[in-house]
Amino acid sequence: MAEQIVFYILATGVLLGALAVVVPPFARNPLHAAVALLTTFSLMAGLFVMLSAHLLAILQIVVYAGAVMILFVFAIMLLNLRKQDFSPAKITAWKILGAAAAFLIATRIAMVAGAAVSTHTAVDLSLEQYSTFGSVHDVGIALATKYLLPFEITAILLLVAVIGALVVTRRQGGLR
Amino acid sequence: MTNIPLSHWLALATALFAIGTIGVITRRNMLIALMSLEIMLNGVGLAFLAFARFRGDVSVHAAVFIVMAVAAAEVAIGLALAIAMYRNNGSIDLDQASRLKG
Repeated sequence: MAEQIVFYILATGVLLGALAVVVPPFARNPLHAAVALLTTFSLMAGLFVMLSAHLLAILQIVVYAGAVMILFVFAIMLLNLRKQDFSPAKITAWKILGAAAAFLIATRIAMVAGAAVSTHTAVDLSLEQYSTFGSVHDVGIALATKYLLPFEITAILLLVAVIGALVVTRRQGGLR
Repeated sequence: MTNIPLSHWLALATALFAIGTIGVITRRNMLIALMSLEIMLNGVGLAFLAFARFRGDVSVHAAVFIVMAVAAAEVAIGLALAIAMYRNNGSIDLDQASRLKG
């Protein structure tokens, strides 16, 4: 029972944070949207713990709530947008169409998923398994054996991303 | 161990994905669009982790780990593009980015 209460509190917080990022009245100012996003990411880490994904919960805080948020806040402050840079919210046909398309996709996914998993229950982990499930040890072994090639490619991807970000933001004609 | 049915986790993940999709499609501020993209990726990660828990398969966590790294790379490139776009156009309005000439 306590688990359900925690789940619904966390889920409500995550959804409210996500909505505050997207829905215009709350998110006129990008910095407010960034704070709402931070709420979503932090509460999401709690949900990860409930799924016994302990390593990923820590990484969620470190990578998303830490590194990614710092990048967003840096970009917002570097851009130094003024009030007139935010065009007022306009409801166009495209937006309604887009929202309707997203809603249809969501209901379709929910229908397929609901039909497939309505009778599915969690695997009962033994107490010993439960203490190691999702730990650094287990996930590390998966990363270093079965997923070694994707792991190495990810390292190259990060290197390319760093160099790409430097090249894209470089001013023409070298440093000034 | 978990008393919450899988369908609840998937409903939450789907809702997050839908909210993110709506943000990417409808918002014109590039920073907000990137944030919505992060929400979408996070929703997918939640679905992956729910399946991992319900199947008792920990190797799925490695996939989520890689998705996280890809999201970090994506946001680094995306924000670099936003700054380059602001320098060239004087705005980060995505509707004004229809001109490919730098």
